[in-house]
Amino acid sequence: MQAPPSSNDPGPPRRGFLKQFATGVLSAVVGIVPGLAGLLVVFDPVKRKQMGGAGEPLLVARFGSLPADGVPRRFQVFADRVDAWNTYRNIPVGAVYLRRTSDNKITALNASCPHAGCSVGFSSEKGLFLCPCHDSFFLVEGKIATASSPSPRALDALDVEVRNAEEIWVRFRNFQPGHKEQIPVA
Amino acid sequence: MRFLFDWLDRRTGYRRLMHEALNENVPGGARWRYVWGSTLTFAFFMQVVTGFALWMAYNPSSQTAWESVYYIQHEMWGGWLLRGIHHYTAQFMTLLLVLHLMQVVIDGAYKAPREVNFWTGIVLLMLVMGLSLTGYLLPWDQKGFWATKVATNIAAITPVIGPEVQKLFVGGTDYGHHTLSRFFALHAGVLPALIIALIIGHIYLFRRHGLTPKQPLRRRDAPFWPDQVFCDVVACLAVLAAVLFLTVWTHGAELGSPADPAEQYEAARPEWYFMFLFELLKHFPASKTFLGLNLEVWGAMILPGLMVGLVVLMPLIGNWKLGHRFNLGVLAIGLGFFGVFTWLGYAKDAANDSFKAAKAAADHQAERIVELARLKGIPQSGALTLLREDPLTQGPRLFAQHCASCHRYDGHDGLGRPGKDPSSAPDLKGFASREWLAGLLDPARIVGDHYFARTRFAERSRMVRFVQNDVAEFDEAQKAMLRKVIVALSAEAGLPAQTTLDTAEATAVSEGRALLAHEDMRCTECHKFREYDEDPDSPDLTGYGSREWIIAFVTNPAHERFYGERNDRMPAFGSDGTLDAATLGLLADWLRGDWPGSAAPMPSAP
Repeated sequence: MQAPPSSNDPGPPRRGFLKQFATGVLSAVVGIVPGLAGLLVVFDPVKRKQMGGAGEPLLVARFGSLPADGVPRRFQVFADRVDAWNTYRNIPVGAVYLRRTSDNKITALNASCPHAGCSVGFSSEKGLFLCPCHDSFFLVEGKIATASSPSPRALDALDVEVRNAEEIWVRFRNFQPGHKEQIPVA
Repeated sequence: MRFLFDWLDRRTGYRRLMHEALNENVPGGARWRYVWGSTLTFAFFMQVVTGFALWMAYNPSSQTAWESVYYIQHEMWGGWLLRGIHHYTAQFMTLLLVLHLMQVVIDGAYKAPREVNFWTGIVLLMLVMGLSLTGYLLPWDQKGFWATKVATNIAAITPVIGPEVQKLFVGGTDYGHHTLSRFFALHAGVLPALIIALIIGHIYLFRRHGLTPKQPLRRRDAPFWPDQVFCDVVACLAVLAAVLFLTVWTHGAELGSPADPAEQYEAARPEWYFMFLFELLKHFPASKTFLGLNLEVWGAMILPGLMVGLVVLMPLIGNWKLGHRFNLGVLAIGLGFFGVFTWLGYAKDAANDSFKAAKAAADHQAERIVELARLKGIPQSGALTLLREDPLTQGPRLFAQHCASCHRYDGHDGLGRPGKDPSSAPDLKGFASREWLAGLLDPARIVGDHYFARTRFAERSRMVRFVQNDVAEFDEAQKAMLRKVIVALSAEAGLPAQTTLDTAEATAVSEGRALLAHEDMRCTECHKFREYDEDPDSPDLTGYGSREWIIAFVTNPAHERFYGERNDRMPAFGSDGTLDAATLGLLADWLRGDWPGSAAPMPSAP
């Protein structure tokens, strides 16, 4: 401990500085490299894309299962999903509300709330969608119902197609919650 | 800037700490022989950093451990690099521990008052061995699974409490989810925590007593910074460079095929640093006893225990006049022993052909599972399912087990081994392909080894008479017709390797079909083809060689659709319950070269 601090090192000053500099640089190298290899793996999820994020049409329900009274009904959406190394075939990936309008058209709404992504329920007494998390209310056609609703936008409408007169196909997509505009989750 | 540092120093006193850390006196100046402790600390730091990153991607359960490591190795950014660094640094840690121990013993740094520090070092060595052992199992591949199983089974031979000790390690009676959870908790939690605590104690005691210089001193004393730090950091850089070199050279750590408790694994070997124990055990059979304990207990526990005991006693023995020399002798004998038995283990394997074959088969399977996982994705039941349902993997095994006592596949038993007895039934490589059928209809080959030799059809069947008498006399026009018949019959099989050919020659196929049914070619005198045959006693040619046809044939060759009562010795594998439908399907798919990925071999005449 009696040795003088390094700044007062009695050795030749130039050589001493070079050695200190080299030691510092090399320490930084050996310290950083293992971390860099780890960072690559940690940041791997950034490159992942959601399967089916483009919204290919999925068969969700048949015409007969929808009441003609205009009350929305909830249906699960089944699709293939990849979860890291696992590939799942035909598993529930979300839910939609389907509604038959008076002119016999079908509308589809994504059942997750655009505010924070909670699952929205339909109250038949009030005739409104209600998000149980932060009390957002939506009309049957999806628009925000009350001024106090914290949701930034209406429920997300999805494209619907009726095939073979009775199959209801929905382009199921998720949008990022919390934004005024619809930004697809990719 | 200076103000900021002053502010920080007044509150933390970091300058004094840095000064203490960096100005440790090095008696006799910096020397390369003092670097080992620092390289070990660095190696441990690398393992912690890479280990945390691996932790974020690893999943310990018997359906996800291999799968998540596969994902790290083959799908994630830099995953192979990360695994490789973690794997090779572990190897280097073992090596550096031995070097550190050698330097301490040779320089006499274990002597009073440094006994306690020496002992903490020995405990650290044991803990690092524990990290190696637990880490080896985590990928849950065949190699790690079987090697670790041996280690925990050795724990079970502990007198009296063995079975309970084993259950504690394994987390139950058998390997499974809890084995992985326990090993992972030990590997990533308990052992590193103990190591960190002991490293702190180890360094504290080292600083308390100071460095034990190598005598005589060559230069005057110098502070730790910068000369010794420079030596240390260069040594760390060398370790890092070696690790990176090995990682890139071997493309990271090996990942075998997923652990399968039902599948014998002949290539099971421990890592190199446990190879001497593996070899040692062969010389201590459990069937013999010494002093009331079986020899395996002596070889696996008492002898290594005595060796460790001697090392622990080194500081006390060192007080004796000749103690230091005695300790050096113990060290030399220990290392020599380690070297000889390690060498013996590897030399035996290098001369062992069945081990080499098992290793090659294991490597092959490891490649195949990766191909399958990429092509099909991994089902929830785990990657093992992919292998169990893979014709390319299972076909050869099933063939060797059930078919090869009579049949051959390209002259071997399916797994590449020559058959024991001469074949008594056709060689089925390329069955129903054009080449295979051309051989069957060749007067020179029909009773050859690859077809009807040693079957009852060789002597008195109408098929053999037809080929040897009639086909042998065919003129050029008839030979051309026969070629079309072969093309058409082979197209019935719809072999994947012939799909392009069959489509391109669709005209020849349809002409051949007409000829096959025509009385001039005489096929339908005995065989049925599409149309009804009132007296069938020869195999149906409709769909010949197709998946359905092969399954039905193997299910019962004596069915009236095939040989009926004329069936030779072939058992009804399906009807008698030997093989179930899924297994028959695997066999049929393999014979037809019908599997995902790896190009099916083009059929060739046997």
